[in-house]
Amino acid sequence: MLASGVSTRLSRTEVERIAALAHLELTDSKTELFTRQLAEILSYFDRLQQIDTTGVPATTHPVTSAPVMRADDPRPSLPRDDALANAPDAGGDGLFKVPKVIG
Amino acid sequence: MTASGIQTVADIRIAMAGGLTAVEICTQYLERIAAHDGPIHAFTHVAAEQALERAAMIDRLGPREPGLPLAGVPVAVKDNICTRGLPTTASSRILEGFVPPYDATVVERLTRAGAIVIGKTNCDEFAMGSTTEHSVSGPTRNPWDLDRVPGGSSGGSAAAVAARLSPVALGSDTGGSIRQPAAFCGTVGLKPTYGRVSRYGLLAFASSLDQIGPFALTVADAATMLQAIAGQDPCDATSAAEAVPAFDATLTEPVSDPTIGVPWQILEDGVDAGVITAFSAAIDVLRAQGAKIVDVPLPHAAYAVPTYYVVAPAEASSNLARYDGVRYAYRAPLDAASTDLASMYDRTRDSGFGDEVKRRIMLGTYTLSAGYYNAYYLKAQQVRTLIRRDYDTAFQRVDAIATPTTPTVAFGLGERSNNPLQLYVGDIFTASANLTGLPAISLPCGLDPSGLPVGLQLVGRAFDEETLFRLGARCELDAPWWRDAPPAAAVRGRSARNAGSPERSGVGGTKDIDAVTMARRSGLHE
Repeated sequence: MLASGVSTRLSRTEVERIAALAHLELTDSKTELFTRQLAEILSYFDRLQQIDTTGVPATTHPVTSAPVMRADDPRPSLPRDDALANAPDAGGDGLFKVPKVIG
Repeated sequence: MTASGIQTVADIRIAMAGGLTAVEICTQYLERIAAHDGPIHAFTHVAAEQALERAAMIDRLGPREPGLPLAGVPVAVKDNICTRGLPTTASSRILEGFVPPYDATVVERLTRAGAIVIGKTNCDEFAMGSTTEHSVSGPTRNPWDLDRVPGGSSGGSAAAVAARLSPVALGSDTGGSIRQPAAFCGTVGLKPTYGRVSRYGLLAFASSLDQIGPFALTVADAATMLQAIAGQDPCDATSAAEAVPAFDATLTEPVSDPTIGVPWQILEDGVDAGVITAFSAAIDVLRAQGAKIVDVPLPHAAYAVPTYYVVAPAEASSNLARYDGVRYAYRAPLDAASTDLASMYDRTRDSGFGDEVKRRIMLGTYTLSAGYYNAYYLKAQQVRTLIRRDYDTAFQRVDAIATPTTPTVAFGLGERSNNPLQLYVGDIFTASANLTGLPAISLPCGLDPSGLPVGLQLVGRAFDEETLFRLGARCELDAPWWRDAPPAAAVRGRSARNAGSPERSGVGGTKDIDAVTMARRSGLHE
């Protein structure tokens, strides 16, 4: 468990690492802005550490009932042309086309 | 009734019974949008052609059938809800040009009930924000004062209904995104119980918090809307099997001897005096109608905002991973130096998302990353349990919990855009209902001394929207604040006392306002 206040020391390197994880190519000025703003927000979160949550279960979802399952039967799905209609590059072969994966 | 006087679903029913056609009503609303939406910018897309086609189809069905409760009723739909054949962008560049191949379940159900989608409304990008300023198409303005924000993220829907550009609208509420703009614009706004309404076709922001709900001018219209969209849906595994009661049928039955809790402790700091005055006057109305008002401690409610801002961005960082330039409309161009897939992802997301969305993706990625998960995410989920327990305890002795919807009235455009944290803390009264899944309604409860609307929020037990509607409808009877149309509205109300009259600006701000005064004033509306 982190000690309270640790987040205010959020570094620029850390922001760059997070941006890379989130697949965001940030400009220098944005990285700087986010470093400051995220540090401020994270230090605001630190007040949660004041609350004793020993033995308290986590609520991940307001619905507690068992997941609904349906029979795993084949049924019609979205036609391929409809699914591809919004693609920036459908390649003409009925596929989503992307740039090469290995440079 | 002539088309030009129509404001509510009830008005449309009367007008159609009197011989007005759906096409005439639809034309009326399209004309209002053309004439009045310019400065407001509630709509990002007006579906004139499709709407008129639909209206003609409704007219061909002949005289109104009982099976079509919303026959000929125009509805504005927030731009993060999928509409087949109509652009759906969530006000983001990354979805510019996206046209969904299917309707969201709510849209399908409204259409089946006879409603007509008249257009898509502006919102904060991916529903992240409280001002409707974070939109690729520019901000929406508050019809009460064009220099102020309408609230958000469903600001376009709220402004459209307030300005009488659509009788009803759909929004989505993840931390207050229906209720807060409803309060800022003086309309009714409901966040249903989590699971009451299918989320299928809603562009996901935070899946454990998101819920679609209606905007309307009156409680009755909000109830009619919920009736049409509620109920289990095989396409959304989190939609609930609970039976949907006939809200319309019980609406006019007062709740007998209701007990209403007020968490006075969290109202002590940071709430505008004008908001407290209007809120207290609303509490007096409830008391005069026989409600017992009791103090309820919600010891963890003060932690709702930090809890929410850990949970929501964490879920968002995962949900928004799908926008990668492959399937949905937008892809950033590559240059000769970087031609690989990873560069395409990074550039598309950097140029496609706005700053607030990026901030939240970053925040969520951080709190979920190795080494921080327990300190932030798990901790917030545990506090979420404590908040839920506070409400469970309170609901053992109260039927509803009342607070102002927001700590302030609508603020100026641009006033808070450089301080995200300042905006976040404005969710203090609304975020708990999302964390707990409980239903909550915002009702207009008068104006502050500067003439801006104040919202009364009532939170109810899970799946008990009925009590909220009944309390709200009763309250509205004695204090029909919705009849005060804003200055920028297309219809200026049937009320003799309205914008421009000297009395308006003082209402709600008067220090010694009480139930008797309220009742006297409301009498002026009749």
